[in-house]
Amino acid sequence: MHPILKLVAQRLSLGLLLLLAASALIFIGVELLPGDVAQSILGQSATETALRNLREELGLNEPALTRYFNWLFGALHGDLGTALTNGQDISKAIGERLGNTLFLAFWAALFSVPLAIVLGLIAVRYRNRWPDKLISGITLSTISLPEFVAGYLLMYLFTVEFRIFSPISTIYAGMSLGEKLSAIALPVMVLVLVVLAHMMRMTRAAILNVMQSAYIETAELKGLRPFVIIARHAFPNAIAPVVNVVMLNLAYLVVGVVVVEVVFVYPGMGQYLVDHVTKRDLPVVQACGLIFAAVYIGLNILADVISILANPRLRHPK
Amino acid sequence: MDGELKYLLARTAQGKHSRRAFLGRAGALGMSAAMANTLLAGAVRAEEPKKGGMIRVGMQGGESTNTLDPALAASEVPFMVNMTWGEMLTDVDPAGNIELRLAEEISSSPDAKTWTFKIRQGVEFHNGKTVTAEDVLATMQRHSDEKSQSGALGIVQGIESMSAEGDKFTVTLVSPNADLPYLMGDYHLIIQPDGGRDDPTAGIGAGPYKVVVNEPGVRHGFERHANYWDDRIAHADQTEILVINDTTARVAALQAGQVHMINRVDPKVFQLLKNAPGIQVKNVAGRGHYVFIMHCTAAPFDNNDLRMALKLAINRQEMVEKILGGLGSVGNDFPINSAYPLFDDTIPQREYDPEQAAFFYKKSGHDGSPIILRTASGAFPGAVEAAQLFQQSAAAAGIPLEIKREPDDGYWSNVWNVQPFSASYWGGRPVQDQMYSTAYLSSAEWNDTKFYNDKFDSILIAARAELDTAKRKAMYSEMAHILRDEGGLICPMFNDFVEGVSDAIAGWEADPNGELMNGRAHVKCWLA
Repeated sequence: MHPILKLVAQRLSLGLLLLLAASALIFIGVELLPGDVAQSILGQSATETALRNLREELGLNEPALTRYFNWLFGALHGDLGTALTNGQDISKAIGERLGNTLFLAFWAALFSVPLAIVLGLIAVRYRNRWPDKLISGITLSTISLPEFVAGYLLMYLFTVEFRIFSPISTIYAGMSLGEKLSAIALPVMVLVLVVLAHMMRMTRAAILNVMQSAYIETAELKGLRPFVIIARHAFPNAIAPVVNVVMLNLAYLVVGVVVVEVVFVYPGMGQYLVDHVTKRDLPVVQACGLIFAAVYIGLNILADVISILANPRLRHPK
Repeated sequence: MDGELKYLLARTAQGKHSRRAFLGRAGALGMSAAMANTLLAGAVRAEEPKKGGMIRVGMQGGESTNTLDPALAASEVPFMVNMTWGEMLTDVDPAGNIELRLAEEISSSPDAKTWTFKIRQGVEFHNGKTVTAEDVLATMQRHSDEKSQSGALGIVQGIESMSAEGDKFTVTLVSPNADLPYLMGDYHLIIQPDGGRDDPTAGIGAGPYKVVVNEPGVRHGFERHANYWDDRIAHADQTEILVINDTTARVAALQAGQVHMINRVDPKVFQLLKNAPGIQVKNVAGRGHYVFIMHCTAAPFDNNDLRMALKLAINRQEMVEKILGGLGSVGNDFPINSAYPLFDDTIPQREYDPEQAAFFYKKSGHDGSPIILRTASGAFPGAVEAAQLFQQSAAAAGIPLEIKREPDDGYWSNVWNVQPFSASYWGGRPVQDQMYSTAYLSSAEWNDTKFYNDKFDSILIAARAELDTAKRKAMYSEMAHILRDEGGLICPMFNDFVEGVSDAIAGWEADPNGELMNGRAHVKCWLA
């Protein structure tokens, strides 16, 4: 077998084991939380009788282990079950939410990744001169700003002062692509501001590291233009660390944007997960947790494979 | 027409200015009486409801875990959603009177023990089925049988037997209750076809709008039920409730014109928003109140002198100003205010009195160890800050309070009703009996102050059977005195509902029963 295929197969099987471990951890975690789903649903208005009846109906009286293996058995057969709180089919509900999350992440990535890399290249080209300092200054200040503050600032600017975009980013089936893009413009802007600095700084650092090498000096002596040297000779050798950081940020765009979702009322996975954790709705928390874990594991495998492909020494091991 | 006349005309048409005053002022502005009269008639016509369009509401209080099952409704959005598609037998109007909805006529035996509801004829559920007394019976059974999970279980528990015959639904109670028509208006008791036994979450009711979109925690879309029986309401063709839990985003959505009305405007931005163009901020005095509850059975709160010391050591006026931003009124250590029918306004207001508090504290013989008060930011808005104010005002009386901040998550299951001294809130009930029966009767499930007082209980039961309102008022007054002077409730403030409404909306009226015109703002208002 080709070594890369072998590696992917190894990583995938390891990933599956990790997912299993994650599901057990999530289950234990939710079980440890005080209160149960019946209490959370009925809240302040819970009476003993109503609680007992609800627990009975939701099957909460069975031992924890039985419930876990019941769930696992169903999940392995592709059945994520129904939400305890409102009886909705989890696969269907998550399908929509995941679609929305990926939609937002996709557009944020489409703008932020190329922008970060180009800015990184420019920063290296004009290292320690004003463009470098300007880029670093701006990106570092946007990353230092909490997401919700950036969100509120943009909201004030673009919806109250100048009514260009809408403050509510709710999207749903039936909207045209243009309407959807207009709706998510503000959250995309916030996310781009948040992830830009990390990727840009890593690009800059990784390339600068390579710039010390002898072959760069050779390229300079050949009389190549500085930008060509950076883009053609230095960047390909700096891909591995950059890809790792890019993947980390992509994963963040999928799993970590709950604050942005709340501020812009975006129906993504984050808000969905938080609501169900609050209500101790275990099947939904499990399903969301597994998806998030799978995203992390998948992107990390992808990052490793790209790093190997980008490095001839790893591509053709002895 | 000049500005002043226009303004006067609008005010008069809305009933805020008398007709006579309008004619007088119009005359002063140089207009003949006949001309002024014609103008006024036109303006009054213009205030008649307009049909059509779509009213959008932005709300806090919705989660993606919400269900359409009326039995499980607990937060603001499910409440408003259910009021859109569902209808109960009765309702309570803003003045506190019973409004007949699916019940057309109510009668009772002279002892108020047996009640008969005549069901309105020709009313249709959204699935085309006609509403019958059997549906009503099935609904009440679902909420009251031994398998019930309903939030209304406490309300319907007092029912001994029920029956349906022809168009009549009859209820026999274990003990008399003159307020049964109010109880039937509880928001859980939405009449569903066959009581909702087939699918309680179907969202099929006899209400003004049909459910079209149900995305819990995101949005709920409705369109008008073509065969709705009451053409005095449900003016818009469509309505939509958007869940916007973030306070800032909600206000921005209203300002940007994306929604027509929002609930829960932060008192901090009340003044700023008042001056914003195109919107109005309404504050409506309601029955909801923020409280600190002491368990009368747990040490050290089992000593009434200590309870009295703590009641005297809280500065109510300061709390209304600082916690509610002035948008509310002071409480008096019983859960009733002037928004309730039969309220006795002669009960003296308890004031902050550190000297008296110190006196009672000393008299109680408490050992001086800090008294632990548990609070959480979710107990009520500003609960942590309120606890700190309490701590300071109590310290001035020499009473040491120690604040223990608990997580929001699990507060209602682990702290409230469990720990002896904690912060909480009550949403209020339509009538005094229901409020007292829910939380202060010895046998009440939510007797969260662990208040066991035989005299109080017996007056409460007797008042239910008392049909003479003057005598009833006196009985409620006596109960209020008992609770105020012996109970475990510290009630520093009643909070107003603070809401934002766009100028595009007409027909708004203040309703003390609940937020956003008791959840019917989008049903009762229209697009101007």
